[in-house]
Amino acid sequence: MSAPEVVPAQPIEPAFELPPELAIDTQSARRIIVGFIRAQLQQAGFERLVLGLSGGIDSALVAYLAAEAVGAPNLLCVMMPYRTSSPESQGDAETVAADIGCPLELVDISPMVDAYFEVAGGPAALDASSLRRGNLMARTRMMVLYDRSVTWRGLVIGTGNKTETLIGYTTLFGDSACAFAPIADLYKSQVRQLSVALGVPDAVVRKAPSADLWPGQTDETEVGFSYATIDRILFRLVDGRRSIEELVEEGFEREMVERVDRLVAVSEFKRQMPPIAKVGPRTAGIDYLYPRRRPRSTRG
Amino acid sequence: MASLRVALAQIAPRLGALDDNLARHHELMGAARAASADLLVFPELGLTGYLLQDLNAEVAMRADDPRLLELARAAAGMSVVVSFVEESDDHRLFIAAALLEAGGIRHIHRKVFLPTYGLFDERRFFAAGSVIRATDSALGLRLGISVCEDAWHLATPQLLALDGAQVLINVSSSPGRDIAAGSPEGLGTATSWRTLNRTYAQLTTSYVIFVNRVGVDESISFWGGSEVVGPSGATVYQAPLHEDGLFFATIDPGELRRERIANPLLRDERPEMVLRQLDRIARARASDPVEDGGPS
Repeated sequence: MSAPEVVPAQPIEPAFELPPELAIDTQSARRIIVGFIRAQLQQAGFERLVLGLSGGIDSALVAYLAAEAVGAPNLLCVMMPYRTSSPESQGDAETVAADIGCPLELVDISPMVDAYFEVAGGPAALDASSLRRGNLMARTRMMVLYDRSVTWRGLVIGTGNKTETLIGYTTLFGDSACAFAPIADLYKSQVRQLSVALGVPDAVVRKAPSADLWPGQTDETEVGFSYATIDRILFRLVDGRRSIEELVEEGFEREMVERVDRLVAVSEFKRQMPPIAKVGPRTAGIDYLYPRRRPRSTRG
Repeated sequence: MASLRVALAQIAPRLGALDDNLARHHELMGAARAASADLLVFPELGLTGYLLQDLNAEVAMRADDPRLLELARAAAGMSVVVSFVEESDDHRLFIAAALLEAGGIRHIHRKVFLPTYGLFDERRFFAAGSVIRATDSALGLRLGISVCEDAWHLATPQLLALDGAQVLINVSSSPGRDIAAGSPEGLGTATSWRTLNRTYAQLTTSYVIFVNRVGVDESISFWGGSEVVGPSGATVYQAPLHEDGLFFATIDPGELRRERIANPLLRDERPEMVLRQLDRIARARASDPVEDGGPS
């Protein structure tokens, strides 16, 4: 039996593959996510947002949703390129911010990242692996966003999607750090579908997703298969509670399914708060359970 | 009997903010009265918000709490359904829905089925009610009040209808989920509830009034879409999805008589037969799977 066919999202010149089982009601998604963003701000007592705008599709989509939720003037977008980042990324980010009409700032993180490896990294750091460099860039961007959140008086809005969250393609306390995550329950294919519906520029929708750590890098070459394929596998394993065997029977390549399953399994820790060694009567997250913002106690 | 004006309070309660929510209830009671409503229905835990976790005890009220009685006094002249965390004398905490009439509490339903699976964790925080019964009301109609998950168990509408309910009222905090393309309202949850409400209305030849909250608690968004379905299963009124507001519908009690004569499903119910079968089945389900050979 062959794997179910993949249909294009649009009949002419499809911008991406949208597996039919992953297609969402974009109106419903938009309504829920915009309401969610507003509610998070209201609950926290904020009116403004800070967003790291990379020029990629995830942060672009979040920018459109955020601007709809709070109004463009209340959304601060920050571009944080490193010297090896692609200039096109910056151009795309500028296009997005101009289209939305929100304030846009540029913070070049090169001197901060380089300074770390020069000053604190020791001699071995001069040729630090791309993993270390990538992680430091992600964490430097986090640092900038959280610093700007104080001066801008806004919450940091997250841009992670469900696919990268599930396979662990994120930097802990880096790009995964945020006040809330509006699109982290949407697979990359669904991010693309919603982006088209919200009018994210075609160039941003069409270009190959990339961590943009070095020229020519793309997520799909890094991971080894297309987002459409990963999404179809994840959707079955996670949302559909299917077994690996069932996916193989359906026509998926066993090696690929097992690899995706392994990526999810080894990254469970990235999706959870660090465990606390329980010794007391009530422990945060275990048996001390409250909403993230709660009114002060009414009982003495 | 004259037609009745029903007000659906599709609100977004503030989580844990009892005073704010009480104020909103008073405000909407005023608005409903000004619009000549006979019946006003608030959603599940409208006075407290839904995802309370350990706030449950902090917002709990006893049935004789002065704040509830003040609401009841303010409701005078209308029948009003409100929902809150009820603390019993022995300090069990229930998800409760109360019918306020004539300045007092006429009836309390304690949620019987507490979902504790998927995104739900109610059984951790609440005690389950053990009674499903209909109640008379000042409207001249008998009401069957249930809370959210209660309606996901067939026994609830069946017992309420057999107990004489003519209007089934379900108050909900239903989290919207499943936005897969192709569902009529863009939300799987809405489609499921529409199906339940129509099925129950038709099978019990009763009015169904479904009031669901809107707004967001933490990760989950409540979808609203409150509605009234007539005893034939036909839609009487549907409130918009996700919108906060007070919405109105009119029900015609004459429709109950017409439908029940044309479709005497309730007449043909066999509660004594059902009881015998349930007794047999309940015994079998409670048996020891090894010693007794167990149920199949």
